[in-house]
Amino acid sequence: MIDLSSVTKSFGTNAVLRGVDLTIDSGTSMVIIGGSGTGKSVLLKCILGLVTPDAGTITLDGQDVTTQDRDAFLARFGMLFQGGALFDSLPVWQNVAFRLLRGSLKRPAAEARAIAIEKLRRVGLKPEVADLFPAELSGGMQKRVGLARAIAAEPEIIFFDEPTTGLDPIMAGVINELIREIVTEMGATAMTITHDMSSVRAIADNVAMLHDGVIKWTGPVDRMDNSGDPYLDQFIHGRAEGPIEAVR
Amino acid sequence: MILLSPIGTLGRAVLQTLASVGRVALFALSTLTHMLRPPFYGREFGLALLNIGWLSLPVVGLTAIFTGGALALQIYAGGARFNAEAVVPQIVAIGMVRELGPVLVGLMIAARVTSSIAAEIATMKVTEQIDALVTLSTNPMKYLVAPRVLAALIVVPLLVAVGDVIGIAGGYAVATGSLGFNPATYLKNTVDFLEALDIVSSLVKGCAFGFIAALMGCWFGMNSGRGAQGVGRATKGSVEAAAVLILAANFLLTGAFFSL
Repeated sequence: MIDLSSVTKSFGTNAVLRGVDLTIDSGTSMVIIGGSGTGKSVLLKCILGLVTPDAGTITLDGQDVTTQDRDAFLARFGMLFQGGALFDSLPVWQNVAFRLLRGSLKRPAAEARAIAIEKLRRVGLKPEVADLFPAELSGGMQKRVGLARAIAAEPEIIFFDEPTTGLDPIMAGVINELIREIVTEMGATAMTITHDMSSVRAIADNVAMLHDGVIKWTGPVDRMDNSGDPYLDQFIHGRAEGPIEAVR
Repeated sequence: MILLSPIGTLGRAVLQTLASVGRVALFALSTLTHMLRPPFYGREFGLALLNIGWLSLPVVGLTAIFTGGALALQIYAGGARFNAEAVVPQIVAIGMVRELGPVLVGLMIAARVTSSIAAEIATMKVTEQIDALVTLSTNPMKYLVAPRVLAALIVVPLLVAVGDVIGIAGGYAVATGSLGFNPATYLKNTVDFLEALDIVSSLVKGCAFGFIAALMGCWFGMNSGRGAQGVGRATKGSVEAAAVLILAANFLLTGAFFSL
């Protein structure tokens, strides 16, 4: 279980997170929604330790994430970045098997390559893709490779940062389905940040809405449409009028 | 208050500069410690050796050969004013080995390698590849910075040595080809005149300049701003800083070696 309590983070005078309280139960898929620039990515990076919160606590299974052994902590995570964040200088299979080629999870290259090809197949890519470089792939293929990398070491927790941004609706649907299938199949805890409502409905068990640095609403996805929360209603229906200012 | 404003501005600039120097010094210290502690990334180190060393040979060679040739012409013309044309081999040798070889190689490395390292790492930062490395339990200082700086420390002195030899060869070609020097005498004068300290100083300068060039590329890359503009600024800043620091280090090292 991931638990965030009163997490705050400012960049200069800009207070991005103003006291976030959120619980993500093990084995569930939580989707964080909110407008652009509301701090969704910062929240995710705070959990991973890429950004240090100014105040508050973040625990994983009851242990403060800042006091845990860093390598052991990160070994439990997989992460799909918004732009894929594939390493340009490495072929696809080495991107996917990056964690399996070095560090505590290191395996022989042949075995790591076989696992990478299997993970590529799992996300719908052919073995021939393995030896291409990221620059030779389309945006959708890069996202799939990023997804394969995120699941390569079979992590307990997977984070997805805007998994469908920049993709056409069909490819976005494919990625959403893949995420749902993989999370269910692996029994992983998932946290996704997005402002794509089709992703929310496809991926989420639970939804949390981040606005103005705090969680405005959280609950099961099937209660989202009847929440009675004016912020959530405005956001999911894409209305310009409401408590959320259209020009921020 | 108006009169105090320039003083305040100057004070802030001084404080910011000192803070930057401190941050770079800590970065350098961290780099050195990461070079000594495992894990070591052999593939990254090998690629850095290839990129910084082998692939820089053409530009180093061309720079050195033209500089050596021009130096021979200048010394011959200048020496003729007081009947000292015969010192061409000695001055070309000492000029290339002590000064021009290390400095020109250092500046060429700053132009070619520092810019490349800064742009590559800055782009990795902008595209979240550095964050991805961290989430994959890989320390960017160990994976990106330490191999490049270590490779530059090792390979730039070798490039300087190659540049020294090619520069002297350029002077030799011009002196024997168009200034009427006897080839055997030219070589004997060159070899006889150079001392071990000249060569040691050249190689030590190479080490220092290589360290500075790679470190600046890594520092500016790791601390770049967002977007294409951030990458551009990091690249420009890295080359400017590396070039100035190389020239400053050259002055200090020359003083340390030869002012005794």
